[in-house]
Amino acid sequence: MTRSVRRKAFSRFVESLCAGAVLLALVPLFFVFFYVLQQGFSSLNWDFFTKMPKPVGESGGGMANAIVGTLYLIAIASALAVPVGLIAGVYLSEYPRTRLSTATRFTADVLNGIPSIVIGIFAYGLVVMPVKHFSALAGGVALGFMMIPIIARTTEELLNLVPGTLREGALALGATRSRAAFSVMLPAALPGIMTGILVALARISGETAPLLFTSFNNRFFTTRIDQPIASLTVQIYTYAISPYDDWHRQAWAGALVLVSGVFVFSVLARVVTKRLERMHRT
Amino acid sequence: MALLVAAIAFELYRTSRLSVHKFGFGFWATKVWDPVAGDFGAWPFIWGTLYSSFLALLLSTPVALGIAIFLSELSPRPLRTPLAFLTELLAAIPSIVYGLWGVFVLVPIVRKLEVLTPAWMKKIPLFSGPPLGVGMGTAAIILAVMVIPFTSSVAREVLRAVPDTQREAAYALGATRWEAIQAAMRYGRTGIIGAVILGLGRAIGETMAVTMVIGNNPQVSWSLFAPQYSMAAVIANEFTEAADDLYLSALIEIGLVLFVITLVINALSRLLIWSVTREVKIRKPKTAAFAPEKAAA
Repeated sequence: MTRSVRRKAFSRFVESLCAGAVLLALVPLFFVFFYVLQQGFSSLNWDFFTKMPKPVGESGGGMANAIVGTLYLIAIASALAVPVGLIAGVYLSEYPRTRLSTATRFTADVLNGIPSIVIGIFAYGLVVMPVKHFSALAGGVALGFMMIPIIARTTEELLNLVPGTLREGALALGATRSRAAFSVMLPAALPGIMTGILVALARISGETAPLLFTSFNNRFFTTRIDQPIASLTVQIYTYAISPYDDWHRQAWAGALVLVSGVFVFSVLARVVTKRLERMHRT
Repeated sequence: MALLVAAIAFELYRTSRLSVHKFGFGFWATKVWDPVAGDFGAWPFIWGTLYSSFLALLLSTPVALGIAIFLSELSPRPLRTPLAFLTELLAAIPSIVYGLWGVFVLVPIVRKLEVLTPAWMKKIPLFSGPPLGVGMGTAAIILAVMVIPFTSSVAREVLRAVPDTQREAAYALGATRWEAIQAAMRYGRTGIIGAVILGLGRAIGETMAVTMVIGNNPQVSWSLFAPQYSMAAVIANEFTEAADDLYLSALIEIGLVLFVITLVINALSRLLIWSVTREVKIRKPKTAAFAPEKAAA
């Protein structure tokens, strides 16, 4: 075997290893999906969405309070994070090269990598400790802190996709810089910014760790901001580590609902981004 | 934007606030964790976090780099986007769902494997202990799966930032495809290391899935079969049960250290990744601008 044949063969070999790596990564994906769908669908029914949790030993019941709780927490988080993230994103794209924007970009990226459980402790210290009890607000704050960097960075990226001529046009008509940013650039990038928010939502709606000791859990239905509130993720956790079969089934059903929700968010986000990119390229 | 900086200031505020609670340096070296007696040593958790993350990286890095190479260099164009989407879907699955899957699907599989482990292998410390299913090995597998999409997508970005001239030069010298890829990887190696470190940051901070499968037993052991503990897991499990202030502040201190570690790791990885992706952007126009001058001279 000549040297070049050997080299070519080795190259082929490594290439197939790389292809194998892709397949290998798809195995757990498939596995997780398979089980969530199989176990989830077999235990999902209408009661799951409409009924309250039943005490141990009684079968049936649902997670109505947890589903509402998750939506409620997400709403609080968005109310806190969307304005901050948006304004930060606008600043980053309007003044891309100031020292402040470089620092902000860097910290946003770093903040993004901080473990969610640490964010949870932070929210605990900020909101729970002063009032001495768990609350929906604390959970919302924790999730909100996780959303801010994601929204800021995606807003920046998507504003950068909007052609600069648009801004120049606005400035030429006598608009101030902030006027141009908020009345011309932002609306032009609006679908994209919705995407940024969707991406952030997809990420936080599956979070459990920061909620364990902020919003805690609640077996009853509540929408009070100063009370502990149930959430889908914490409920799944409690049920999964419990020894009861019936609760395990509920946990799988919860996982199915959660995964579908997250995927709807992420697929939607992807579709909108693709469309936006195509729109501005031509 | 000022508000975002305020958020960072908050981070610092939190840091100082928590370190006030700090009690003693021996905390980190002590092995005893006995809430009832009020004895707190964090070493088993640090060990568990480091060991599980290390094992996860060992498993995930080759796979993640393989994916990055395949998707950026080898894959036929029509397959590229769907495959990239699928591998990134791994990142979209909430960690609680991984945990659920781990408890009910992976743990029984691992337990079966552990039962089947031959006796001579059991003598090696790496595989010693009763077959419980939950433990270090299971946690490492789950972590590896969760880390793969992060490492691979950043590594892909880095490889894409490597100028094509690098590959073309390698081909021109008669390189095979793999040798050309090696050249590209060497060019972007800082960024690729950054990608791996980013994965490490993810693995260290991962909470729910690890909590559910690692076994939650504060002991220090090399064995993959032994139930152990991690920093994030102990916070998740015991925070709401911490009855007295000392217990609580011990847990918060663990959180503080976790925060500092991930902060350093993330900052490091970002800097490494930026050094590649930005360097290329700046360098390109420069060479273009220099060329005519040189020609003129």
